[in-house]
Amino acid sequence: MSTEGTARTPKSEGWEPNILAFCCNWCSYAGADLAGVSRFQYPPTVKVLRVMCSSRVEPAFILKALKDGADGVLVAGCHIGDCHYIDGNKNAQVRINNTKKALEKLGFDKRLRLEWISASEGLRFSEVIRDFTEEIKRLGENPVKKIMEPQIKAPRVAPLEGASALAANIQGSEVK
Amino acid sequence: MSDNKGDEKPVESKVDQEEKRVGVFVCECGVNIGGVVNTKAVAEYIGTLPGVKVTSVNKFTCSDSGQADIQAKIKEHNLNRVVVAACSPKTHEPTFRACIEEMGLNQYFLEFVNIRDHCSWIHMWEKEKATEKAKDLVRMGVERSKLLEPLQASEVPVIDKALVIGAGVAGMQSALDLADMGFQVYLVEKEPSIGGRMARFDKVFPTNDCSICILGPKMVEVARNKNIKIMSYSEVKAVDGYVGNFNVKIEHKPRYLDVAKCTGCAKCSEVCPVEVPYDFNEGFGTRKAIYVPFPQAVPLRAVLDMENCISCKACAKACESKAINYDMEPSYTDINVGVIVGAVGFKTYDPEPRHDFGYGLYDNVITAMEFERLLNAAGPTGGHVVRPSDCKEPIRVGFVNCVGSRDKNTNIYCSGVCCMVTIKNAQLLKEKRPETDQTIMYIDIRTPFRGYEESYNRSRNLGVKFLRGRPVEVKEDPVTKNIKVRVEDTLAGEMRNLEFDLMVLATGIVPNEGIGQIQQLLKLSKAADGLLMEAHPKLKPVDTTIDGVFLAGCASGPKDIPYAVSQGSACAGRATILLKNKKAITEGITAVVNPDVCVGCEVCIPMCPFQAISMDEKAGKANVMKALCKGCGTCVAACPTGALEQSHFKNNQILAQVKNVFKFQEVAA
Repeated sequence: MSTEGTARTPKSEGWEPNILAFCCNWCSYAGADLAGVSRFQYPPTVKVLRVMCSSRVEPAFILKALKDGADGVLVAGCHIGDCHYIDGNKNAQVRINNTKKALEKLGFDKRLRLEWISASEGLRFSEVIRDFTEEIKRLGENPVKKIMEPQIKAPRVAPLEGASALAANIQGSEVK
Repeated sequence: MSDNKGDEKPVESKVDQEEKRVGVFVCECGVNIGGVVNTKAVAEYIGTLPGVKVTSVNKFTCSDSGQADIQAKIKEHNLNRVVVAACSPKTHEPTFRACIEEMGLNQYFLEFVNIRDHCSWIHMWEKEKATEKAKDLVRMGVERSKLLEPLQASEVPVIDKALVIGAGVAGMQSALDLADMGFQVYLVEKEPSIGGRMARFDKVFPTNDCSICILGPKMVEVARNKNIKIMSYSEVKAVDGYVGNFNVKIEHKPRYLDVAKCTGCAKCSEVCPVEVPYDFNEGFGTRKAIYVPFPQAVPLRAVLDMENCISCKACAKACESKAINYDMEPSYTDINVGVIVGAVGFKTYDPEPRHDFGYGLYDNVITAMEFERLLNAAGPTGGHVVRPSDCKEPIRVGFVNCVGSRDKNTNIYCSGVCCMVTIKNAQLLKEKRPETDQTIMYIDIRTPFRGYEESYNRSRNLGVKFLRGRPVEVKEDPVTKNIKVRVEDTLAGEMRNLEFDLMVLATGIVPNEGIGQIQQLLKLSKAADGLLMEAHPKLKPVDTTIDGVFLAGCASGPKDIPYAVSQGSACAGRATILLKNKKAITEGITAVVNPDVCVGCEVCIPMCPFQAISMDEKAGKANVMKALCKGCGTCVAACPTGALEQSHFKNNQILAQVKNVFKFQEVAA
């Protein structure tokens, strides 16, 4: 089971979870669009990556994201029975659950979530993101980040303008 | 110039060694994006990324001038990849694909980044964070765009036949319009007769014309039209295929008589000894076990309800044309059509389970649909409005609006038509029997279209009372069976105790039975209200996300008759674009096998929901049939060797985005 959740607390005040969401084109991406159209506010912790079907998401993508410092990965597809491709989401379910099992040994399983969000569930999309963000906040930062720190320089708070500012910040983070 | 950003650079780009020249166009969408995201800062930052040759900020990138800017910059900077950071690709991707294609770029060289629906609109109070997020999103897009490969959208032939599901007024209009344009139409109706709900109404607002008098001729027109094949008492059981060629299996439920021999004389009903509640009359009165649905039914044929038949065989003896066949089995027809119009209609909200306003507990509380049948001259009482408890004609009639609508406990939406239904019903009763006294209890009166407000005014002038308020207590007088109502008059600000001889509930519009089955068969989306979803609520109101499938009438939301008819015609118009062109453009996104890597393990074959993958026995490699592949990518994720790739969503393309989600500064290192 995951033990790192309680052991770790957020590094700094400025830390916000970083979540990657794989959304299927037909339901969940449209659900995220609807959340936008309806102006359901949720924290800017998630970035949506569009795939045609949730079944396209390979475990390798999830591992890569976690290895690169994602604090959480969400895979979202159509409800069972509503899949645009008949039963792609069932394949996704099997794959994600297997990936979760594998991640359990590493204590990362809670950082991966599978959700069914339909095109009409804009509110649900925003709720899922809010809830997942809260959960990740409880778990704390992805511990991989510490190990990978030299490669991943991510001071994410300061607004940056132009390349010179960029360079300055990078140096700053390296000193830290 | 090299866009190499270190050892993480994917190696797969060997396919395309051409230098990537990316142009990034950030849209402000008026203030929708620009009011939250600092678009200039985003453009400035993106301009520092390797490979980005030019960035541009536009007020409206989708406008003529915005598109002209893209085209000019493609020319000026010799761009070969275009990133548009704007709204949703679900609505605007085609626009920009066409825009870059005009400049000779492959349309798949466009990468669309959503910084409105997924950023500015949902982080309205966190401008700085939204700007940072927008930078990340656009960077993901830029890195992906460099790996995009050219694809060709494919054309598929379209069979010039149409299927219309549901023969209510919307479906019939659609079928007629398509047939008149010269296309063969299959019109499938689950009931024994076409006509739908409209056939049951007495009169229709705002002009109060007789419903069946205007619908009847249309039904006959449908039956006469040589291009329309009516399949009544039939249901769609399976839908396969895609735009241009849907294979549809239709089940014909057994009528237990030969439709070709039956003349609709109804002699069988006369002798039938079984009586059951008559569903056409909303359960008032009875019909026989073998019956003609209603006098104007099309086709005018009897149907035997086997569930209630006692097998006395009296009907077989009475039938002069020997049409009765007790051993009939369901039969099936397979048809191939190019387009499908779904006009599956609605049903009215059922107040029985919750006993709304005493319905189901007290005899003299009925629904508007039941009242409609009582008003109808061909109804169970010959047009006399009587109350169910004692069959006396009521004097004081109360109408309650918004039953099963605008109510958190049932449906939150407004059904749109019930105000007018109530106004019309009150008017009709008043005109029929001026001594009656009507009180309409409403939340708001909504009369938005032509002639509706006038009809409302006419009711007021006739003396119909309007009381703003919802009954808070409904009781039955045990002796007189009158309905006693306690209601707050919210305009006068006082409680009123009223007594009615009859109370009518204006029940709202809810999804029809079987809508879930149709939704799954056609792969449509369902909205939160349980009704089917259109492709775009404003700009594509009759299209769906499935190419070649259209929706008309109440299947996609409450509508009145003119609106449903317009949608029927609109579907016919939209469908004709495909039918007349005889071809449809489909996405070029499919799975592709790399035979050099494939080991023929066959893991992918059972994965495919469309049976698009087969084994090339000779070569021992998997083979994807492009015409069948829908491009979901499930096989690609399953392939253990990486031999399968999904075009436009290749591993390296997705990974390019994944890698760039969290590394805000690394690219510049």
